[in-house]
Amino acid sequence: MTTILQPDHATMPGVSTPAKSRDARRVRGLSDRAIAWLFVAPTIALLLAINIFPLIWMIRLSFTNLNLSMSYLPLRFVGLDNFRDILTDEDVWVRLQTTAQFVISSVVLQVVVGFGLALLINRQFRGHSFWTTIILLPMMLSPAVVGNFWTLLLQPQIGPFNHLISLFTGVPPSSFSMTGQVALAPWTIVLVDTWMWAPYVMLICLAGLRSIPDYIYEAAEVDRASAWRQFWSITLPMTVPFLMLAVLFRAIENFKMFDMVNLLTSGGPGSTTELVSISLKRAAFEKWRTGYSSALAIILFVTVFGAANIYVKTLNKVKQR
Amino acid sequence: MTAAATRSTAHSIVEASPRTKAFAGGLVILYAVITILPLLWIVATAFKSQSDAIAYPPKVIFEPTLEGYVNLFTVRTRQTPDFIAKLPPPETWYDQLVRKRDMVIAGPSKVVPRFVNSLIIGFGSTFLAVFLGTLAAYAFSRFRIPLADDLLFFILSTRMMPPVAVAIPIYLMYRQLNLTDTRLGMILLYTAVNVSLAVWLLKGFIDEIPREYEEAALVDGYTRLQALRKVVLPQAVTGIAATAIFCLIFSWNEYAFAVLLTSGEAQTMPPFIPFIIGEGGQDWPAVAAATTLFVVPIVMFTVLLRKHLLRGITFGAVRK
Repeated sequence: MTTILQPDHATMPGVSTPAKSRDARRVRGLSDRAIAWLFVAPTIALLLAINIFPLIWMIRLSFTNLNLSMSYLPLRFVGLDNFRDILTDEDVWVRLQTTAQFVISSVVLQVVVGFGLALLINRQFRGHSFWTTIILLPMMLSPAVVGNFWTLLLQPQIGPFNHLISLFTGVPPSSFSMTGQVALAPWTIVLVDTWMWAPYVMLICLAGLRSIPDYIYEAAEVDRASAWRQFWSITLPMTVPFLMLAVLFRAIENFKMFDMVNLLTSGGPGSTTELVSISLKRAAFEKWRTGYSSALAIILFVTVFGAANIYVKTLNKVKQR
Repeated sequence: MTAAATRSTAHSIVEASPRTKAFAGGLVILYAVITILPLLWIVATAFKSQSDAIAYPPKVIFEPTLEGYVNLFTVRTRQTPDFIAKLPPPETWYDQLVRKRDMVIAGPSKVVPRFVNSLIIGFGSTFLAVFLGTLAAYAFSRFRIPLADDLLFFILSTRMMPPVAVAIPIYLMYRQLNLTDTRLGMILLYTAVNVSLAVWLLKGFIDEIPREYEEAALVDGYTRLQALRKVVLPQAVTGIAATAIFCLIFSWNEYAFAVLLTSGEAQTMPPFIPFIIGEGGQDWPAVAAATTLFVVPIVMFTVLLRKHLLRGITFGAVRK
């Protein structure tokens, strides 16, 4: 490495000293093929060790009755019993329903708020960059810390949220509890999730809006298309791929949601906000039903894997633009 | 529409009118203010006394005190006023603050070790992920690798998996390898999660560096590795820095793995903060103080990253 005498030429593509032959290069260094494998291998090896090997182990466990709190029981292969138990368990279906409701309502709300904000910010008013950065802050925070401090904000008596609501509606602040009431808790997790993630949708939509070339609008103006018409025929269709990306990513993330909700409501009151991940945590790390929870985890894996596949296809579509 | 046409000499046709701008600006600022209020409330709560923090109705105006921060960093015991009166005069301002509440400092709390864990695990996993990610991204960007698309999808899909589900086999594996509740275990795990983001992001950044630079260097007699070190890496520095910050933020914020796989030795801040207990439940001023200290670096990073944020959250697909 120290034998290089004219390194500066490297950064000046036009100026090159007489070439050494390609063969010489191959003799001096590794072949490109070897380098390619040498560079990719450590990453793949790490992922195999930390993700794939445990996954295979888990698949094996999902066919057993392993229960870590009763490890004196002989390990037995139970075939597909765990999967049958899960798919016929009404509770599991209720959790999936709770999760689906959470995913759908939070993503819809985030799209409405996020897209709306993006349209407004795209007006490029003075100082928009500063205010955008402020709006982006919640999404960078730790979901667990967010879930935790919202419990303070939402305390009926000592938290400011109820008092703020009471200021506008006149409802006494201690007459309702956002995290403690069956009717309100599912909306509370949607609300906090939207506070956190609407900026995410906004940022991606903004990129979509900015990818629309001005001349299209100029042509529409020439054709005297109304603002309404321009929105439906130009703005929306051209932002849709970006919107799709945001929706898919948020949907996947919220389907796996654990941290924020675990700290905000920990699944309660009762099990009104017990999302699949929280349920899985209880089965695996509180009841220690490892065989059963492995099977449930695999079902979640398959679902997320399918969704991720669609996500990557959308990514590539957006990338081509 | 005719108004727009007459304005077009001064503005582009698509530029919004000043009134529209003011209206849009007003709404956005209103949203931004509402969004930032919860954070400001937490920052303020950190400066409240215990009783102000749980006052009914909640106090907006209060006398600021550093009690929250003192409580965060110390463990205290309650004493009788007689006992405290007999003690020698307090040596420091925080001793004095604590004694006003009939308490004596018994020792440091666990917050510093937890903070150190967060730093070690965060920087360790970031360094590893960025190192491995740069190599892999370079290979994916410059060489023809069989099944490259499938490999890239595989790499990304590992990040999409639900952490609680991943934690089940990891927990069992780490028990066998004695890696439960160790920093090394957490570093390896976070590296695995971060490396997928690093590969995708860095591939985007390296794709943008013209191949001609390297080719010129190769013609000059550089080996591939020298070309990578002296030509590609210097050009990719911004991208690598942005990627590193994204990895650091992930490790810093991560909760699910941390709470399921650590309990003491290797515990990081996120699972620690909610369990800062005072007399009678959560010590909110101390929790708020911890939250503030924990969030400040993130706010700084967000401002630093502003230009690359979009790239980071879309795995490098959207570049503006």
